[in-house]
Amino acid sequence: MTNTHTKTASEKRRQTSLGITLLATGLLIYLLFGISTESEQLTTFGLNLAGTQAMPIGDLIVPAQATVYLMSAIAAFVGAYQLARGVRSSGALLGIVAFTFVVAFLTWAAAGKSFNLTGMLTSSLVRATPIALAALCGVISERSAVINIGIEGIMLIAAQVAVVTATLSQNLYVGLILAILIGGAVAAFHAYLVIRFKVDQIVSGVAINIIGAGVTSFISSRFLQKATNTLNNSGTFPIISIPGLSKIPILGPVLFENNLVVYLTLLLVVVMHIMLFHTPWGLRTRAVGEHPKAADTLGVNVYLVRYVNVIIGGMIAGLGGAYFTIGSVGRFDEIMTAGKGFIGLAAMIFGKWNPIGAFSSSLIFGFADSLQVKLQILRVPIPSEFLLMAPYIVTMIILTGVVGRAIPPAADGQPYEK
Amino acid sequence: MTNVLELKGITKRFPGVLANDKIDITLREGKILALLGENGAGKTTLMNILYGLYKPDEGSISVRGQEVDIHSPNDAILQGIGMVHQHFMLVPVMTVTENVMLGIEPTKNGIFLDKEKVANRIREISDQYGLEVDPNAYIKDLPVGIQQRVEIIKVLYRQANILILDEPTAVLTPQEVEGLFKIIDTLIKSGKSIIFITHKLKEVLAVADDITVLRLGKVVGSIDPKEATSKKLAVMMVGRDVNLVVDKKPASPAEPVLVVENLYVRDERQNLTVQGVSFDVRKGEVLGIAGVQGNGQTELVYALTGLLPLEEGTIRLLNEPILRTTPRNILERGVAHIPEDRQRHGLILSFPIHDNLMLCTYYKKPFANGVSLQEKIIYSNAEDLVEQFDVRTPNIYVNAGTLSGGNQQKVIVAREFSRPIEVLIASQPTRGLDVGSIEYIHKQIIKKRDEGTGVLVVSSELDEILSLSDRIAVMYKGQIMGILEAKTATKEQLGLLMAGVHLAETTQS
Repeated sequence: MTNTHTKTASEKRRQTSLGITLLATGLLIYLLFGISTESEQLTTFGLNLAGTQAMPIGDLIVPAQATVYLMSAIAAFVGAYQLARGVRSSGALLGIVAFTFVVAFLTWAAAGKSFNLTGMLTSSLVRATPIALAALCGVISERSAVINIGIEGIMLIAAQVAVVTATLSQNLYVGLILAILIGGAVAAFHAYLVIRFKVDQIVSGVAINIIGAGVTSFISSRFLQKATNTLNNSGTFPIISIPGLSKIPILGPVLFENNLVVYLTLLLVVVMHIMLFHTPWGLRTRAVGEHPKAADTLGVNVYLVRYVNVIIGGMIAGLGGAYFTIGSVGRFDEIMTAGKGFIGLAAMIFGKWNPIGAFSSSLIFGFADSLQVKLQILRVPIPSEFLLMAPYIVTMIILTGVVGRAIPPAADGQPYEK
Repeated sequence: MTNVLELKGITKRFPGVLANDKIDITLREGKILALLGENGAGKTTLMNILYGLYKPDEGSISVRGQEVDIHSPNDAILQGIGMVHQHFMLVPVMTVTENVMLGIEPTKNGIFLDKEKVANRIREISDQYGLEVDPNAYIKDLPVGIQQRVEIIKVLYRQANILILDEPTAVLTPQEVEGLFKIIDTLIKSGKSIIFITHKLKEVLAVADDITVLRLGKVVGSIDPKEATSKKLAVMMVGRDVNLVVDKKPASPAEPVLVVENLYVRDERQNLTVQGVSFDVRKGEVLGIAGVQGNGQTELVYALTGLLPLEEGTIRLLNEPILRTTPRNILERGVAHIPEDRQRHGLILSFPIHDNLMLCTYYKKPFANGVSLQEKIIYSNAEDLVEQFDVRTPNIYVNAGTLSGGNQQKVIVAREFSRPIEVLIASQPTRGLDVGSIEYIHKQIIKKRDEGTGVLVVSSELDEILSLSDRIAVMYKGQIMGILEAKTATKEQLGLLMAGVHLAETTQS
């Protein structure tokens, strides 16, 4: 009659089905990648990136078939262990198996060829940057219980503002600052609607997305395309190599040879984590997101906290928008954000509304995105249309809650009534 | 002796309601003022005005003889007024320290939260007032009694000397109530003044120095506790003579109609909230399920009525198992359900009374004929039931939402009792009702028992359980700690079971 009863039938069922899934993954690795790899083939993982300052090191060369078999065996072993004993942390198990699958896949795809791993990681971080910024915008808004699904629209508007103003002023920093300000302004509009007038937060967010897509596409086709050189050609932020650190093999090119927007993103992740968990502002934000009435009875201004957070979130999304134009290609294309704002929201959920978690899951999406590009170059026998879907498929898998359900802030999405 | 707090002529109107009508109350320094009244008498509104959550339409507030303006909780805190709310204002996923410091956060270097400083201050307050609590514990892991201590610490941390305790005993076990009274005693000895809001007569007599009774938004009068009796207070509170005990004959139980074996249920958040519950309800008896709110009673009732799936175990209704079936199927097999939240699960507030009175049977004859509803029959059915169950309403066409709580509950009872039933499941059947309605609902439940229905009553009010039940099961953390005969059960014994002590241990001591 005490709480020693720990496993019920359905928990056992879950354990069994997870074990079987893991075993099946092991088998799948063997069938898909093991059989079609020839035994004498080698896979070369390049660890040096041309044109960087990192000290050169030897490449990683592995026998393709043996590696695939090893990965298959690891996955099968983990599955069998789960069936036999049962492990509490299903997330860690899924992580291991996902890792074996990816390694086996890469080994198979690049068998007999060379695959630049460092280049892949570098482009993962770069591609993760706008997703991470969108995710941080989501984290900061939703921690104060305001849902902002208008991030995509905010990023589009900011992207266009950034490139046009930077081109006109011949100054990238002007573009950057205006992008951040317009992001804050659009978010302020969202905040005003949902806090002051208690407009449904989803409806307001959808409206922002539609307005963002419509207005930027209109301006682009009406004005920008006719005057590309005078309006839509800003150039981009240069790569800044951090002296010393950029010489470290692998890590150097990945982390310390990036442009301003990427560095700002990394900095923001750390700053936001500290702000959220170690400052009065963060404590109030979390309290307002969890139990606004409690915060109100202690004299915290719930509405003010929400305004501030949503607007700061919008400014971060504005920075994310700037990345698309002045941070990467130097011009605006219609709908160039391609759903990154929404993927950012998925990263926020997968990262459990936590800045570091959100950033880490953005890296997974960035990895999936850059993987699909590399695979097209490697001429893998998979149609490119399917490869292009990769980041979105990862998004869907993650959102189904396979990898553990995340609990949002308790008051998320609810307007506060005194 | 000085008056630390005086409220004069406080009036507050809500659309359609006069919640407070020229209320005057006085709190003496170092004393306990009990504010007594039924639900809806305006006690909580008055205190929310004092704490700056509502703005009064008229009237003035004086602290130590000085008239003050209180527009927000901050103003109240500055005046040394602190409030322990009926529904705790604590963030469950944060620690005790974080909850206490929220709103006035000391910092290191002007940036970082100084949690250590606050934790130390909490330990000092704990020692001084006997409020033991771990500053680093998360609120969600603490029992309700300890959470209440955190609320009191929050108030003391803000250096309040006037404390408002709003229905502080509603969620406590009898032993925890004793503990609270000791804490109140320590607070008074160290010079604090307290306003104690309640509708429980015995508590008022146990602690109060002064008693003020409210009814329908007005002060009925003040009385010296030395001259007060339960009977006198009840008459002041309700405005007429009331019968405080339920008249009932001894039960004559027959064969079991509802048998529950080894039941496990998960709540919506996937927590296992019912863990291995077994009991049976026999024809013609009332089985009461006692327990502090939130110990799995809600989920148990949901499982019995088909609103939550069973994780494990069996439920047998009249010897037929209930498994993977729908709420409608369960209702059709003779189960009546008076749900815990009458406004969300019992009624459709925006539907007229006549439609609410046929929600269980609308698809059957005589109410439906093929695809069309038979309006005349629906209306006459409603007229009959309103008459029979004494629902006070202008007519049967008004929306259920316009009725008072007691009349809403009567509509539910009328609907459930108007069809043939074998088992009645009543969850918190009188929560928030006035004394008159409580009396009525209790009588109806006993009447059903005497007609041979098996009755399951779930309530967190121990008095209600004791007056209705023939047998009493106590739930704690999803398990049944023991089943007692109501005749021989004592409040102390039930209280220990409610706090998780095993049955064997309670009889030893």
